Amino acid sequence: MAERNMSSTKNPMPEQDPDVRNKNFDEVAKGYTEEMAVSEAMRCLNCKKPSCVAGCPVNVKIPEFIKCIQERRFKDAYLTLKQTNSLPAVCGRVCPQETQCEAVCVRGKKGEPVAIGRLERFAADWYLNNCDEKSEKPEINGHKVAVLGSGPAGLTCAGDLAQMGYDVTVFEAFHAPGGVLIYGIPEFRLPKAIVRHEIEKLEEAGVKIETNTIAGKAVSIDELFEEGYEAVFIGTGAGLPMFMHIEGENLNGVFSANEFLTRVNLMKAYRDDYDTPVYRAKTVAVVGGGNVAMDSARCAKRLGAEIVYIVYRRSEEEMPARAEEVHHAKEEGIVFKLLCNPVRILGDDKGWVNGIECVEMELGEPDASGRRRPIPKEGSEFTLDVDCVVMAIGTSPNPTVTKATSGLEVNKRGCIVADEETGQTSIEGVYAGGDAVTGAATVILAMGAGKKAANAIDEYIKGKTE
Amino acid sequence: MHKILTKKVLNEQVILMELEAPRVAKKCRPGQFVILRVNETGERIPLTIADFDREKGTVTIIFQIVGKTTMLLAEQEENGFVSDIVGPLGNASDLNGVRKAAVIGGGLGSAIAYPQAKALHKMGANVEIIAGFRTKDLVILEDEMRAVSDKLFVMTDDGSYGEHGLVTDKLKERIDDGAGYDTVIAIGPLIMMKFVAKLTKEYGIRTVVSMNPVMIDGTGMCGGCRVSVGGETKFACVDGPEFDGHLIDFDEVIRRTSMYREQEQEAVKQHKCRLEDALDG
Repeated sequence: MAERNMSSTKNPMPEQDPDVRNKNFDEVAKGYTEEMAVSEAMRCLNCKKPSCVAGCPVNVKIPEFIKCIQERRFKDAYLTLKQTNSLPAVCGRVCPQETQCEAVCVRGKKGEPVAIGRLERFAADWYLNNCDEKSEKPEINGHKVAVLGSGPAGLTCAGDLAQMGYDVTVFEAFHAPGGVLIYGIPEFRLPKAIVRHEIEKLEEAGVKIETNTIAGKAVSIDELFEEGYEAVFIGTGAGLPMFMHIEGENLNGVFSANEFLTRVNLMKAYRDDYDTPVYRAKTVAVVGGGNVAMDSARCAKRLGAEIVYIVYRRSEEEMPARAEEVHHAKEEGIVFKLLCNPVRILGDDKGWVNGIECVEMELGEPDASGRRRPIPKEGSEFTLDVDCVVMAIGTSPNPTVTKATSGLEVNKRGCIVADEETGQTSIEGVYAGGDAVTGAATVILAMGAGKKAANAIDEYIKGKTE
Repeated sequence: MHKILTKKVLNEQVILMELEAPRVAKKCRPGQFVILRVNETGERIPLTIADFDREKGTVTIIFQIVGKTTMLLAEQEENGFVSDIVGPLGNASDLNGVRKAAVIGGGLGSAIAYPQAKALHKMGANVEIIAGFRTKDLVILEDEMRAVSDKLFVMTDDGSYGEHGLVTDKLKERIDDGAGYDTVIAIGPLIMMKFVAKLTKEYGIRTVVSMNPVMIDGTGMCGGCRVSVGGETKFACVDGPEFDGHLIDFDEVIRRTSMYREQEQEAVKQHKCRLEDALDG
């Protein structure tokens, strides 16, 4: 075995040069080679009582899979990951490891933690590139479960239930499964071939997927029970875009991040062989400070915009985006207008955007979120000349399912009320998890909720049939 | 994949297709729409459901060839397939309490208004249809409309068929003659709906119009279809597609509908070039 690596820093991730990558949609981070991965794995101390595992919402067996990499047993590393995580190649790329597993890594006390995310990605990619055996189909137990939505929560719930032997069907509204992994997160951060591959693995394991089927419209929860499903999991996400309700928001050239990203990602507007139209602007303002804002800004740049601004009302410290995404965006030439808030959007006489008026902000006392409240500085208004504005200020749960299901309790933000440990909703046999319950959050939290609900559904159905 | 069971060319620009879509056919009601994608690299376009057959599991769409996607759709033949159909989307028409209605259709809009007229007729309401077309060759569904109405007025812009004039001319004439409509349903080009609504506002007659703006998903996710209704922003896909014609900001809708016009025209041009190349080759 290789020697223990006591370097205080992570093995760096090879990346495309910023000035090259901001003109293409290929993946930014290229991934570790075998040598880099083994060397990074040797930084892990294989703690007897690892805190990293508890830091992971799906409790990936981190020391075990890293040990496999240390011993160059890469396939075993993947199989270990797969025991608790249905989508390792996805999580290795988009999880905020810095606030989860890596945040509690012992090596992080002096220096940088072990690059758990990069190693997870390595193992998953290695398997994809070197093994083409089919997933084993578990024995079917004859019980049908319906999953609404094929994003991270739904796929995890479906994958886990299929492994237990359930006959699972996932209903997806779009023409392709994957939810936010397909329509939201761009190709350069999460290649769609990777998502497709992970979903194929689930299908091999027995998960059925019906696309183009809108839960609450084409099929209701009551009808699913009538069709013989014994339990339903709702993982329909938070797909409703928020707007600021300021003047000029309906001008041509103002888009929700959802629309902009869906055109680019799901419908591949950046490729000539697709018919999807997308507005290619010269100067773009993206309003918001989360990962979705970073994704929108970086897509706009890649579509050929000369100047792309991020307009965010607080300072960098309060930004909800991952530090890595902010860093990548800056490297790619995105201009950050921090402590600025849009007041109105200006248009020309044909009704197209030609500017965004902002006001400077300062931070006051902490608000309900614990972050310092931004307050407008009077008289500090200024205008940015832009021909496109993308609103990336958040999303809320889509009411299609909840409106169509009587007795399903929702809170005042439109989120489904569900038990934190089981996902149980106000209706017997109906479970929910992910952004539909929490409001917009992360892929891995949604996966954690899907996993818990799968276990609860298993117990529920077993309890019923005993 | 969805099989094309029937294809009928209604006129040189308008085509009817009956498509297999059992889940949609089982649930849909007049006024609702589907989103369709012809092939893997195609756009998603919204199309109103013109008719449906729950037993056969089919929906009928009637569309006009306006852009690349509708050109591509028109090139598909009977027993062929389209890649995706999703629906039913939007809210069904609210026809409760209507006793005497004028149903106005402009061009292709006649096909979209037809199911409403049919439903009203079946409910026992008195239905007058005023259908406008540019010229005689473009008149569609005349027999069908006659069968579900108490009176049918066909109008042409050039006077080559029916009566010479605009639908608004006939509507005004009928109102002034004391037709006594309690509801006007107007479906057609935005500019037609705008002027119908302007006219009926003067008379204070409840007017319903149907919006078909740019959209992607049809479930409230993209917000591309936003329309201002009485000063409030609504999403045509989930709050509509039908709205109070007196409250819609038509000028804004007309402007927003032109968002991708340049790209659309370019796509049509390229598609035609490719077709011609294929024919030449």
